Amino acid sequence: MKGMTVIVKTVSSWVKMLIFLFGIYIILFGHLSPGGGFAGGVILASSYVLLMLAFGRELVERNLPLPLASRLDCLGAFLFALLAILGLIVGGVFFVNFLYQKYLPGSTFHLVSGGTIPLSNIVIVLKVGASLFLVIFMLSRFRYDSKGPAEKLASDPTIGAKE
Amino acid sequence: MALFYILLLFIIIAAIIAVETRNLLSSVICVGAIGFGGSLMFLFLRAPDIAITQIVVEVLGLIILIRATISRDLTFISGDREFFGTVVSVVIIFVIFVAGIRVFDAMPQFGVPVFSHVQDTASEAYISRGLQDTGVTNLVTSVYLDYRAYDTLGEATVLFTAILGAMVILRDKSRKRIEEPDV
Repeated sequence: MKGMTVIVKTVSSWVKMLIFLFGIYIILFGHLSPGGGFAGGVILASSYVLLMLAFGRELVERNLPLPLASRLDCLGAFLFALLAILGLIVGGVFFVNFLYQKYLPGSTFHLVSGGTIPLSNIVIVLKVGASLFLVIFMLSRFRYDSKGPAEKLASDPTIGAKE
Repeated sequence: MALFYILLLFIIIAAIIAVETRNLLSSVICVGAIGFGGSLMFLFLRAPDIAITQIVVEVLGLIILIRATISRDLTFISGDREFFGTVVSVVIIFVIFVAGIRVFDAMPQFGVPVFSHVQDTASEAYISRGLQDTGVTNLVTSVYLDYRAYDTLGEATVLFTAILGAMVILRDKSRKRIEEPDV
């Protein structure tokens, strides 16, 4: 896929950073105003999806390669479990909000407040954003490379027939 | 209140069009319209968190559905419905309708939260004690990342497993050479 028309490309090159910035705002202020990890992650993923629809799959693959995305996904899952286990080790209860209760209470309505909740938001963004990006990326690749197995065997010399 | 009836009418019309139209692309777009109507309803019910999530997921889901739809050759559905299937679905819809009337009789009025109707609910406790328990002002976040963090861990696990399955099924290169025999 080589992308859409010039109009779509121009407009999406203007709004892509705005969408990304809005996603980051939603994430960082998720504990103060409406929003949070899930919505922010989907917004970040959708900014990449916009690029993928407008400019084609190759550009996105260069910016955010598939192995990196799947590593971010795993990192998000790992860090979320780590936060939970840290609560068990430090606070004595699985998933307890140890930062708020013991070390860093913060002040209400400030960015640094709520203990582990903003950290959990950021971690969930990694998880959700990378996951949704991967799903859409895999589906679009499945669509454009949808040759049958016989054609693929004939076209790809690394698989199958040696002679 | 009239606003909700207008939105409800909009959603019902979009749902009927989504079921009845022959063009798959228009059907997908009507499904999107249903989601936008629901999102507006959440917004007017003062639930901006749900509204944001609903509209964002709806847009992304719409894109996925459209991509999956227009890639197929068959974008028009033709053919008549079976008589037996129609009868069965009408009977099931009638049963759900009768049960639904009884359920809606027992529910509190639309737009009124449950905890103003029933005493000692969990949501009342969250609203009155959430700020001093967790220190965040967005109580939705305080519920899903503090009080009910197990739920979020479960959701993350479900998402992780789904991605794992999708990547295994949709990969394009097999790891094993073809001529190797199955063990």
